[in-house]
Amino acid sequence: MPNLLRFHGGVHPHDDEKPRTRGLPIETAAAPATAVLPLLQHIGAPSKPVVKKGDQVLRGQAVAEAGGFVSVPVHSPVSGKVADVGKCLHPLGMSVDAVVIENDGRDASVPGFGEPVDASSLDAKAIRDRIRDAGICGMGGAGFPTHVKLSPPADKPVDTLVVNGAECEPALSADHRLMLEHAEGVASGVRLLQRALARDGRLPKTFLAVEENKPDAAAAMRSACSKLSVDCEVVELPVRYPQGAEKQLIYALTGRKVPPQSERGLPMDVSVVVQNVGTAFAVHEALERGKPLVERVLTVAGDAVGRAANVRARIGTPIAELLAARDVSPGPTRLVLGGPMMGLAQFTDELPVMKTTSGVLVERREEEEPDRFGPCIRCARCVEACPMQLVPTRLSVLAEAGLFDAMAEWGVVDCIECGCCAYVCPARRPIVHQVKLGKWMLGQAQKKAAAAAAAKGGAS
Amino acid sequence: MTQGMLVFAASVPYGPAIGLLAGLGVLFGVALYIGSRKFAVKVDPRVDEIVEALPNANCGGCGFGGCRAYAEAVVLKGVATNLCAPGGPAASAAVARIMGVADVGAEMRVAVVHCQGAPARSRSRGEYSGLRDCRAAVVPGAGGGAKSCAYGCLGYGTCVEACPFGAMVMGPDGLPQVIERLCTACGRCVEACPRSLISLHSKKQAVFVLCRSHNKAKVVREVCDVGCIACRRCEKACKHDAIHVKDNVAVIDDAKCTQCAECVKVCPRGVIWDLSAARAAYSGTRAPAEATAQVGG
Repeated sequence: MPNLLRFHGGVHPHDDEKPRTRGLPIETAAAPATAVLPLLQHIGAPSKPVVKKGDQVLRGQAVAEAGGFVSVPVHSPVSGKVADVGKCLHPLGMSVDAVVIENDGRDASVPGFGEPVDASSLDAKAIRDRIRDAGICGMGGAGFPTHVKLSPPADKPVDTLVVNGAECEPALSADHRLMLEHAEGVASGVRLLQRALARDGRLPKTFLAVEENKPDAAAAMRSACSKLSVDCEVVELPVRYPQGAEKQLIYALTGRKVPPQSERGLPMDVSVVVQNVGTAFAVHEALERGKPLVERVLTVAGDAVGRAANVRARIGTPIAELLAARDVSPGPTRLVLGGPMMGLAQFTDELPVMKTTSGVLVERREEEEPDRFGPCIRCARCVEACPMQLVPTRLSVLAEAGLFDAMAEWGVVDCIECGCCAYVCPARRPIVHQVKLGKWMLGQAQKKAAAAAAAKGGAS
Repeated sequence: MTQGMLVFAASVPYGPAIGLLAGLGVLFGVALYIGSRKFAVKVDPRVDEIVEALPNANCGGCGFGGCRAYAEAVVLKGVATNLCAPGGPAASAAVARIMGVADVGAEMRVAVVHCQGAPARSRSRGEYSGLRDCRAAVVPGAGGGAKSCAYGCLGYGTCVEACPFGAMVMGPDGLPQVIERLCTACGRCVEACPRSLISLHSKKQAVFVLCRSHNKAKVVREVCDVGCIACRRCEKACKHDAIHVKDNVAVIDDAKCTQCAECVKVCPRGVIWDLSAARAAYSGTRAPAEATAQVGG
């Protein structure tokens, strides 16, 4: 057991949903009549379509290839006809390229789909390549391509792998159920990740981090690891949001501090790689079951959902279809993709389940919410709560005043947007939105400066 | 005399200290005088004169960091003398006179908001409960505001707040209006608008396409009553090659437009407006809501 450290700040969000969802076994959601596959489900370059309208595709067939090194392919979750290669709405609010596939209901799969494969002879590079070819990106929410994380440069050797099963977001239990019901699959995926990171035949020291509120998952993972003789230490961490945030998790387990975002710090700068348990399971499914990433486990919950569930849904399933079976109460509701703390509210349910969709929440709204907020009263609760040790009050006030350059001086780019500050703010200030605005304004200014510099360079 | 002072100095309390400080004062005074003469920086008096002649709003509309920076640029770098928008022809003439060059005259320009999609005439796709700031609404993850049209005015008034001259107000219909009398064409609103709906036009220009939607006609009809559907009737009606549909929206080339307003007459969607009459009656650049309603609705 490592000497666990306490990261600064954090909160204990109110959570009615987790007790409700943690006991629900994973159900398989119905396959969609039409699968909508955005070509930007990961961070990095968009995938490039390799099919055209009218093509027949099989379940598990790649419909788009990686658009660069930091990119992954996209696979069809159903068999059928390509109905369109066009645009679809992305949960971030913009329109992105997408491949739409009409399900013929036959589920004709690519050869070897779902059949056991022996991956024990693969070397590190082969594992990485197969992970990329399976379209796997981080399934905790950010969606960073997994093979990139597993390819640390020579000057940044990795000695520690952290498998993240903390699931600190309220309401969500998908990772919890996955560890409980597919412990051996996760453990097997962990071993593959270890092998991909092996240096000179030595596997990295591995932790599997679970919050203390999931003792059953920890026990299941311990027994699975010992059964498959995977050298992985299952660690139970105190329950505190955002315990599962990469930087906080690394600090708690190893005492190492990842350099801030303003210095482009990454976990590999402190010789650590963090992977979600969902990602580990996807790696196992891809390399040892021949299944590229075409489905994922997610939690459907919220006080407006009559039948909350953990479901295994195919990527591309419209949220509306997913919710149709879940007895959602009518009336004013708010749809959130992701967890209640970091998830994004949506104006429509005509969005597909993506590789990064860890939860679908529908919350009741009793009345019109005031969109006005109070002035900062300098109580400093946000300063106490900030796990990045920033000064959210100052960032908030500066954003309100339009002083975005000053926000940069106060470290706005280091903010991980976990929402602890906004959660504790008694004036209900939308601090996270203000931070996002600040980051965006700084980005725009940078773009403008770069364009001006390019114009100048071009003219002279 | 000296002896008397010494006696005086010795006779009062702290006398030596006072004498010492007075001596130091004289010494430093002389040193400062010599220093200021020797190291004096010669300032072109024209810079101060130009600063005097400018409105000193420090709006930055000229492209320099305030009025003094512009004045220095004019004097030292030979930058054009007619760049001060708030100052108008008067400032242009004054700066030209100070510099001893011919006045090229300031072109009076004004900001125009190219959207008529007020909430009553366009569709909403949901409720936006985030920060009341157009830029905040388009930040990735914020959803892009309540309006269905991806190109339309969001209506949260960021341009109004950006205007240093109080020349913009939120109209009763939920769209920003420009008060031309106060507008100095400094361009702050143009920069503030994340949808790039505001641009500066010469005050001589009166015909405008009040839509910037690149949506296809089908989408435009779904989301807005007053959006350009790229039917090209205006293009055919124009005898001066001044209006063209580019990327699903009509655009007027101000340099070629003769204000004949033929395009206004043929537009089936009430998107193109001749504001010369409205300008005479109304201080905004946008047509009064009632007039628009008659044509568009």
